[in-house]
Amino acid sequence: MKLTLHIWRQAGPNVAGRFETYQLDDVSPHMSFLEMLDVLNERLIAEGKEPVAFEHDCREGICGSCGMVINGRPHGPRKRTTACQLHMRMFRDGDELWIEPWRARAFPVLKDLIVDRSAFDRIIAAGGYISCHTGGVPDANAIPVPKPAADRAFDAAACIGCGACVAACPNASAMLFVAAKVAHLGSLPQGQPERYRRVRRMVEAMESEGFGHCSNHYECEAACPKGISVEYIAQLNRDLRRAALVGEEVLP
Amino acid sequence: MNLDSKIPAGPLEEKWQRHKNELKLVSPANKRKFKVLVVGTGLAGASAAATLAELGYNVHVFTYHDSPRRAHSIAAQGGINAAKNYPNDGDSVWRLFYDTIKGGDFRSREANVYRLAEVSVNIIDQCVAQGVPFAREYSGYLDNRSFGGAQVSRTFYARGQTGQQLLLGAYQALMRMVDARRITLWTREEMLDLVVIDGHAKGIITRNLVTGEIRRHAGDAVLLCTGGYSNVFFLSTNAKNSNVTAIYRAYKRGAGFANPCFTQIHPTCIPPSGEYQSKLTLMSESLRNDGRIWVPKNAGDRRPPNEIPEEERDYYLERLYPSYGNLSPRDIASRAAKRVCDEGRGVGPGGLGVYLDFSDAIKRLGRDVIEQRYGNLFEMYERITGENPYEVPMRIYPAPHYTMGGLWVDYNLMSTIPGLHVLGEANFSDHGANRLGASALMQGLADGYFIIPYTLGHYLASHPKMEVTTDHPEFQRVEEEARARLERLVAAKGRRTVMSFHRELGKLMWDYCGMSRTADGLRTALERIPALRAEFWENVHVSGSGEELNQNLEYAGRVADFLEFAELMCLDALQREESCGGHFREEYQTPDGEALRNDNDFAYVAVWEYTGPDLPPRLHKEPLVFENVKLTVRSYK
Repeated sequence: MKLTLHIWRQAGPNVAGRFETYQLDDVSPHMSFLEMLDVLNERLIAEGKEPVAFEHDCREGICGSCGMVINGRPHGPRKRTTACQLHMRMFRDGDELWIEPWRARAFPVLKDLIVDRSAFDRIIAAGGYISCHTGGVPDANAIPVPKPAADRAFDAAACIGCGACVAACPNASAMLFVAAKVAHLGSLPQGQPERYRRVRRMVEAMESEGFGHCSNHYECEAACPKGISVEYIAQLNRDLRRAALVGEEVLP
Repeated sequence: MNLDSKIPAGPLEEKWQRHKNELKLVSPANKRKFKVLVVGTGLAGASAAATLAELGYNVHVFTYHDSPRRAHSIAAQGGINAAKNYPNDGDSVWRLFYDTIKGGDFRSREANVYRLAEVSVNIIDQCVAQGVPFAREYSGYLDNRSFGGAQVSRTFYARGQTGQQLLLGAYQALMRMVDARRITLWTREEMLDLVVIDGHAKGIITRNLVTGEIRRHAGDAVLLCTGGYSNVFFLSTNAKNSNVTAIYRAYKRGAGFANPCFTQIHPTCIPPSGEYQSKLTLMSESLRNDGRIWVPKNAGDRRPPNEIPEEERDYYLERLYPSYGNLSPRDIASRAAKRVCDEGRGVGPGGLGVYLDFSDAIKRLGRDVIEQRYGNLFEMYERITGENPYEVPMRIYPAPHYTMGGLWVDYNLMSTIPGLHVLGEANFSDHGANRLGASALMQGLADGYFIIPYTLGHYLASHPKMEVTTDHPEFQRVEEEARARLERLVAAKGRRTVMSFHRELGKLMWDYCGMSRTADGLRTALERIPALRAEFWENVHVSGSGEELNQNLEYAGRVADFLEFAELMCLDALQREESCGGHFREEYQTPDGEALRNDNDFAYVAVWEYTGPDLPPRLHKEPLVFENVKLTVRSYK
């Protein structure tokens, strides 16, 4: 396959970026998208040019490192698939691809396709956990969890923290990311004592990081490689209102 | 080199409890005066950092990722073992201990493995309390499944993403301590070297991966939780960034390296599809429950699988190992696949693959049942290969997956350098020559949550507190060495890319130090590695400079270390003149091609000591003493 790539090149956080165009003449349809970029980078290095910086690690769709907007869609055209699991057979000979980083105020570009997503860690630090001290816990089966609650918690906990939801959102909101963690922990009995404090603190952290608000576009769900549902945002909003109106105590 | 394993006296069942009672403590008010440097944020690092911070230590955590949540523990699929015996099927701490030590082909320490089995039950309690969404039955109680190498169901799991859920639990515990200001988190900060002062590990040198700034960090103890080195093979199931640098640098500063040749090759991975291949993807071992493995009987048979009649297929695992069949253990199944491919009967591009066929299972159980059991795996396979495994048999091939070898540690998880502790896959301690499925997660969390919090305090309380600052001349010296290496890499400006060297090394290691090894082959590798390394330093081309975000330079530093470390692996494989677990020496096999262990001469841990540049490392031996189990031959016929 022959492809024309327009890739966002930006040397650092405080310099202007631009698209640069590259021609690839022999792309195998069996390559993954990142392997295609590897081939380009090997060529650039051999030519004495700067390779394209992009983040990646597990290349199995689970670590959440990779992420780039491909032809306007975070992680590219295939639903529920991270960029690393996208294969070139999804494209056709002669295609033109536009490849850019996540674009959001809270995710400043560090170089080329790499952005700073540390805001997500700070949101988790603000309450995305159950406060239990190592060792001081009851036997695992002393806390039965109804299967539907466990399944619901799991579906939310499948979030890989890649940031595609933010990149897809017209408001660059991190609501789906926050809601996934709030719903994961809030669906479990272990997560009840901190339920309302958690949601308030995490949403405050999200706002102070410069993410926008949710105005129900649902682009996040469409872009999410793990298919996390916007229903969790409704659950978050319910908990947030409860925290504001009734307070943060959890009554037995 | 002092290899005192510090195994406590007393009966096996009481050793850990007694030891805990005898360990020295650091008083609560004093803990915050101790600064602990934790390198790596996988299961071992994150759980250790969170727990030590909860206890009150001043913890600094380092990861080269943008977030601690990205560590490769996240990719573990199957599950985590624990001797809970919830199914009431006869499991016990003893049985988990015995299965693990036997699975490791009797090349690990009894006391360590017993302790691992003992604390396994606490891990599950801890993870449930954190909110890890393990699979449950309709009763609300935890579900278990069976896994390779065991006759009981003791594996806890969270769909096919157990590693992810356990890591997120530990990561969240870590972030809670960041919020409480007990942990200082250094992201995108890669360890370049270890600083040893007056014989004790007292700090590390790091490079900030965004700015290129080289920094010095001093501490009262250093914990390396930096994972395994399967990427020495270039193609492996490890994440692309996983590397040997942290533990190899520690080795060069005096830490003994144990059993580097013990590597695990996992039988069910998706085969490479071309020269551009960058990594291999594991397919859960559970597929072998219903899939049948076969190749054509005749070499060079290129017909599509559906056109090869039944009588011309060789279901070789069922033929060779009738009682275990397709469920033979990992090392056995991997070697058998290699054998049939070497005979020219492999399938797919390059003949590097065997079929894993579900057509009989679909006929017997119906497509729906298969879809329920393996739907997500079939989807993943289709995504990568573009083939539909409901209609065409999967193609699989073995791939490097886990390394049992690592830095030598004593019972307290301390290396031969006082103060330097090593946790998780980075140490050698618990899996012997072969690791059982669902045991890596168990070991990482055991080390981090339940062992190091006790043993680290003992080290800190046993030595007078040494006030070391980063002004110490040793910091200066090690920093200069690290800088000089980076400058040399950038200045080489040769004609070959880093990746081309890594690929060549990987192929060499796969051919001569992979699934099966011979003395001749290892000697060939030992001749060729130094030549390749010399060419690397002459002819590598690294783009850009050291004063910026430069992924090519990061990669070059890691490959440079692999090029040295590979030699150590081959030396170790050469001296171990026996076959055991994942280490198969062709000269040492039974008449029917099975591994032939030699307990008289090789029941020891091989520990290598660095003696200087261009000097051969010195081999030390820690004898393995078995007081509680009888050494038997593993047979799966």
